[in-house]
Amino acid sequence: MCGIVGLFLKDRTLEPELGSMLTDMLVTMTDRGPDSAGIAIYGAESDGSAKLTVQSDSPEEDFATLAADLSEAIGADVTLRANDTHAVLEMDGAKVEQARQAVRELRPGMRVMSDGAAIEIYKEVGLPKDVAERFSVSTMGGSHGIGHTRMATESAVTTEGAHPFNTGSDQCLVHNGSLSNHNALRRKLKREGVRVESMNDTEVGAAYLTWKMQNGATLGEALESSLEDLDGFFTFVVGTKDGFGVVRDPIACKPAVMAETDQYVAFGSEYRALVNLPGIEDAKVWEPEPATVYFWSH
Amino acid sequence: MQTYDVAENGLRGLNSTLQAQSKETNQTNWEVQNPKGSHAIAVGLDAPIEVTVKGSTGYYCAGMNQQATIKVEGSVGPGVAENMMSGTVVVEGDASQYAGATGHGGLLVIKGNASSRCGISMKGIDIVVHGNIGHMSAFMAQAGNLVVCGDAGDALGDSLYEAGLFVRGSVKSLGADCIEKEMRPEHLEVLKDLLERAGADAKPEEFKRYGSARQLYNFDIDNAAAY
Repeated sequence: MCGIVGLFLKDRTLEPELGSMLTDMLVTMTDRGPDSAGIAIYGAESDGSAKLTVQSDSPEEDFATLAADLSEAIGADVTLRANDTHAVLEMDGAKVEQARQAVRELRPGMRVMSDGAAIEIYKEVGLPKDVAERFSVSTMGGSHGIGHTRMATESAVTTEGAHPFNTGSDQCLVHNGSLSNHNALRRKLKREGVRVESMNDTEVGAAYLTWKMQNGATLGEALESSLEDLDGFFTFVVGTKDGFGVVRDPIACKPAVMAETDQYVAFGSEYRALVNLPGIEDAKVWEPEPATVYFWSH
Repeated sequence: MQTYDVAENGLRGLNSTLQAQSKETNQTNWEVQNPKGSHAIAVGLDAPIEVTVKGSTGYYCAGMNQQATIKVEGSVGPGVAENMMSGTVVVEGDASQYAGATGHGGLLVIKGNASSRCGISMKGIDIVVHGNIGHMSAFMAQAGNLVVCGDAGDALGDSLYEAGLFVRGSVKSLGADCIEKEMRPEHLEVLKDLLERAGADAKPEEFKRYGSARQLYNFDIDNAAAY
């Protein structure tokens, strides 16, 4: 199973509501997967700076002097905004790769959830309602976001196994389905020098897209080639700095519903997830075609 | 007319109320409000009542229907009218995957499009789709008729038994053992009747008929390598 929701706002006046709309959509999808939940939210970006969202199992200890430690390590200012087990570190955009390395050395137990100018990823084990509450997702604003609730099949129920996965700067992936060639692909990616941290199939899918894009493919091209190289069932929703995309495998047995109005484009694993959106009664509602890449951007 | 508000009174109550209607009920007309994409709306009915669902539904709407006429004023999720035995189900909007799957009888009308696997393993149901249908439709279909006023997707009628397939538009590809067949007067008759009952504005002569080549029915020693 697994449940996916996505919301891309065209009407900027709705931006302060993004978090609460997404939370409502995600909570509706709870019975598609109660194991873990996560949300990628594309919020305000400030010029030239980048955000690194990190997670720790012992946040008080890890976050206490993190900003100062990191600042010293990379030789630039770092601000830290803690949010439960997660913290958003903001710094000069040019320093973000260095900061990622430094975090690994300074706090080996911590995990990097995402990096980018706009993206923040929050994910934990638990029900969507509880996960959304602990991070106060409903108070967050932004231009677009993606949520996922997981019914684990291919790997353990852990924070690392939760979606969304960060696939590159400001990019993320969520998945409903299961990939059957992820072990072979993981070995292949490892040989190519791509880091895959968990035994999770979707992370391999995410790493595959990252690898394709590092080798010059656009996200659209990477998604197109995923139809060839990934074996298994998938409905993917991807987030980018400017928008979001949807692709389903050619068999398309994993559900997907989309709705579009003048105000937004929305995605749900089921129509139920969309019923509280404004003007849904008059929205264009349709099922995305199999093996077809869809994209919306600002 | 009786009304039932799903948002207010819950889904279980809806189905137990509708299932409790007998052949002799005088509450023959029901309106279901606020379905809001809920699953399993109006399933397992077994009385000649009319149910109108005011909005879109989720999975398995009108499943296992017998006798009832169920009209959905919206779109339906996967598995509408699954395993229907008799009666009529009309969807004003689109239908998701496997509409009418394994249905034994009755009429399913989809006024919009149906997605993949429409009529999979149908066993006697008649399905009329005013729009298009997706891939792998009528897979292993055994009996009944699937009428498509628009286009059909890939692998139509794969491993088909004896269901009749009628498509007005294009067929992206035919599945294994499905072939185009001659349209004879008796087929035009069947088609005319179904189009009329489904309120479809199309002429029987505009359709092509597809059916089983009957080559997969029995083990064939020449195909041994393929098994």
